[in-house]
Amino acid sequence: MYTDIAVIGGGPAGMAAALSAVKLNKSVVIFERDERLGGVLNQCIHNGFGIHYFGEELTGPEYAKRFADTVMASSITVKSETTVLSITDDKIITAVNASDGVFRIQAKAVILAMGCRERTAGSIMLAGTRPSGIYTAGTAQKLINTKGLAVGKRAVILGSGDIGLIMARRLTLEGAAVLAVLELMPYSSGLKRNIVQCLDDFGIPLLCNRTITKVVGKDRLEGVYYAETDKNLKPIKETERFLECDTLLLSVGLIPELDLIADNDIRINPATNSAYVDEGRMTSVDGIFAAGNVLHVHNLVDNVSEEGHIAGASAALYADMTDAQRAQRADRINIRAGDGIKYVIPNYINTPSKSGVDLYFKVKDVYKDCEVCVLSDGETIYKKNRRILTPGETEKIRLDGKGLNKDTEVFVRERK
Amino acid sequence: MAKITCIVCPTGCVMNVEDIDGRISVDGNKCPNGAEYAVVEMTAPKRVITSLVKIGHGVVPVKTNGGIDKNKIFDALAVLKGLVLTAPIITGDVIVKNVLGSGVDFVATGSFPE
Amino acid sequence: MIYDFLVIGGGVIGTAVLYELSHYDVSCALLEKENDVGTACSSRNSGIVHAGYDCKPGTFKARFNVRGSRIFPELCAELGVLYKKTGSMVIGGADSLADIQALHERGKINGVYTEILSRNQIAEREPNVSRDAEYALYAPDAGVVTPYKLVIAYADNAVINGADIFLNAEADRISRDSGVYTVTAADGRVFFAKSLINAAGYAACKINQAANAEEIRQDYALGEYFLLDKRESKNINTVLFPLPDSRGKGILVAPTAEGNVLYGPTSTPVTVPDDYAVTAEGLKNIRDSVGRIYEKANFASVIKTFAGVRTVAGLDFIIEKSKKAENYITIAGICSPGLTAAPAIAEYVGELASEITALGSRKKYVNYKEEEASGIAAVRRQDSVEKINERIRQNPRYGHIVCRCETVSEGEIIKAIHSPLTATTVDAVKRRVRAGMGRCQGGFCTPKVIEILARELNIEESEILKNRKGSKIVIDLS
Repeated sequence: MYTDIAVIGGGPAGMAAALSAVKLNKSVVIFERDERLGGVLNQCIHNGFGIHYFGEELTGPEYAKRFADTVMASSITVKSETTVLSITDDKIITAVNASDGVFRIQAKAVILAMGCRERTAGSIMLAGTRPSGIYTAGTAQKLINTKGLAVGKRAVILGSGDIGLIMARRLTLEGAAVLAVLELMPYSSGLKRNIVQCLDDFGIPLLCNRTITKVVGKDRLEGVYYAETDKNLKPIKETERFLECDTLLLSVGLIPELDLIADNDIRINPATNSAYVDEGRMTSVDGIFAAGNVLHVHNLVDNVSEEGHIAGASAALYADMTDAQRAQRADRINIRAGDGIKYVIPNYINTPSKSGVDLYFKVKDVYKDCEVCVLSDGETIYKKNRRILTPGETEKIRLDGKGLNKDTEVFVRERK
Repeated sequence: MAKITCIVCPTGCVMNVEDIDGRISVDGNKCPNGAEYAVVEMTAPKRVITSLVKIGHGVVPVKTNGGIDKNKIFDALAVLKGLVLTAPIITGDVIVKNVLGSGVDFVATGSFPE
Repeated sequence: MIYDFLVIGGGVIGTAVLYELSHYDVSCALLEKENDVGTACSSRNSGIVHAGYDCKPGTFKARFNVRGSRIFPELCAELGVLYKKTGSMVIGGADSLADIQALHERGKINGVYTEILSRNQIAEREPNVSRDAEYALYAPDAGVVTPYKLVIAYADNAVINGADIFLNAEADRISRDSGVYTVTAADGRVFFAKSLINAAGYAACKINQAANAEEIRQDYALGEYFLLDKRESKNINTVLFPLPDSRGKGILVAPTAEGNVLYGPTSTPVTVPDDYAVTAEGLKNIRDSVGRIYEKANFASVIKTFAGVRTVAGLDFIIEKSKKAENYITIAGICSPGLTAAPAIAEYVGELASEITALGSRKKYVNYKEEEASGIAAVRRQDSVEKINERIRQNPRYGHIVCRCETVSEGEIIKAIHSPLTATTVDAVKRRVRAGMGRCQGGFCTPKVIEILARELNIEESEILKNRKGSKIVIDLS
């Protein structure tokens, strides 16, 4: 089998990418593991999606449906309940499902849109026993929201990322008592809006600078010990306390689900644990693109869709190029993450577009009354004051493309 | 007097809001958007509620198609309790009309069968 | 029914003995207190098939380790259990030559081949051994096995060859009347047998006491582990030990049979034998130790930490026919190298059993093998695609992947549930087919596995357990 564009993952990034590619008259196949399109949106039954993209507030399933309906009405082939087993650098995709068995598809371009997975109790090396009742927030969300099951009655949440906050409200609405949300850092990485509407509305305490020191319970969770942390984020023994609970939800980080291409030649940025990409979201392997949470963790699905569109359109252009055109590369502009910046996307720019270039970045710490600057070969080409920047939120700046030189750096500094 | 955390931007100004004879005074906001938010939160805070309703062996997600008084969240949820829908349900179907006389409906945000 | 032999305890020893006995025309059964076999020490150890150079010559440990190590490869092939001959190295620094030589000499006495490697030879075989290593004792015959898979294979094979396994059957009271033992389980069920074999692991003292057999004393040591992502396996091929000390073989670094990497165990004396809580101190101890023998320690790749408790009874295993209780065999104190020794212990217990009752000649045995690991993962080997597709055509569920990290299909999960010894819990499925064993630790597949279990066992999802009784995963609110 053959296709112009293969999209791995039918969540918001994959659907947007596929739609952009099909609009440019490309043949497109989406590989989706689940029965239906939508990815994690299908289990996010809360509202707050689509304010930027659709100009109205939608729930996750509604946001997914708008894209899924368009995909299903298009000429895009959707291979659902299909698991991709491997992708070669030559863009041969091997996948398996119940009706086709193991099959291969040759694509001209591949768009990685597999999203991310959650860090687990195992990876944070939680001390104590291994009873039932410990879930990653997303797994609990899936059990509750797609199957209508309940996970427990008295819950503690470790980590105050958005999923943790959303699940605090969800459990409360389902009749469980959420005793506390514990956060290792001095601040929550979640959106302010979620802290207010998911915690404050229900009187759920957010306890920062705290971590769980031990979980207790032989069969089902019986409680957790938690303590305040010192400057090095190590627990202070004297402050240890016990909370009786039958449920522990972990919202302790997301990891791009890139294992599928672990053996490929894609260069990985340690700051995102994902690929280095150019402005079209192409990775270091020609013709393999990445978009959405598999590239970096977004707070807003609207931005995921936008990134999917970028990758889809540029993959379509790539598919049309001749080998000679592909080989012909402009001198790249490197975009580096400077002081205070955790990462910047894209990492390189081939040809600055006339309409400008959007840079997305996250900061390393909370910055108040600061300025975001872009320096290109020593010249300041962008400078803007910001009242506050937080590590939880992805920031976007637009450069007009003028003055962009080979070595470009984004940084943030306090305003004097 | 109430303390309200602003959600308009990540700054999260904590504002002191006071109702003096029907006039709302806001203090601690760094921008006018905050004051506007504080007034609404003080006078008529509303929330969109999302939940699930049983259907066959599964569930259908629902939301209110407008804000419900913040202090009536659990009353509104109680309306859904015990409800069992009959398939098919399509996104947008009204599940409960005029919840608690609010003029707002619970509508399906997913379909069943999918 | 009065069994000829009743084995108490479904760990690797109990199931190995049951497997051995089921080769003969005697009736035999096994009682296991948990809802699956091999859930205690047998699924919480290093999974090393030790070569046997280090056991004190003349002990049961030396005898059964050496014999066990020899029969392991063939046994695993027969049972369809993954076994890898990796070889092992004891790593020593500049002042270690005398100790290494002593181990080498001991190996000679035990009949185990070892070589002393110099620094360059070490680096040739295993480039990531600590740069401080000057000498190593290399034992090419050492290997690794997935311990709980061996237990499950023993159990499944015994069952289809006529043995009975009773789960959730905790032996509580034991009496003997007119030559027949009556074993009453904690839930009131009663079992009868002419002979008893105590393979109850940490509970062996209690069982001997209940049966009026010899009093034994067992001590317990907690061993904690880090389990690492499969991508770490490219860094290591050989089991690496530090020099042994009085506490045991020390904190090792080992590739596992299924492609992960293991760091551990600690060895902390404890009094509670079934508390598997991992301690922050223990984990720190491992973090501090691994680097002494291994250059590539990478704690960012940890996918799980866990603990086991080993049972020690003095310096050697206890394997004996009771002089106090009639027709009664005690097996106790099975610590390292217990897993390696298990097949040989089972042979020996067979001999002891034949002194009680003539076992007759070995009967024709039906081998139950798990099919070659479903093979979806093996698709990368081009040749197997046709075979796999044929199977998917016959049963499309083999094409539906449930566990993405380990590429496990719904077909394999269903087959595991309905294996000779039914798998009823999420962890029982996990031990059999690795669904949930990968880097997301069941985050994605657990809801699906619960669904499949409920459907196949015809019970509500809210009844599905993670592992032990009381470990419900979801609750029914209605």
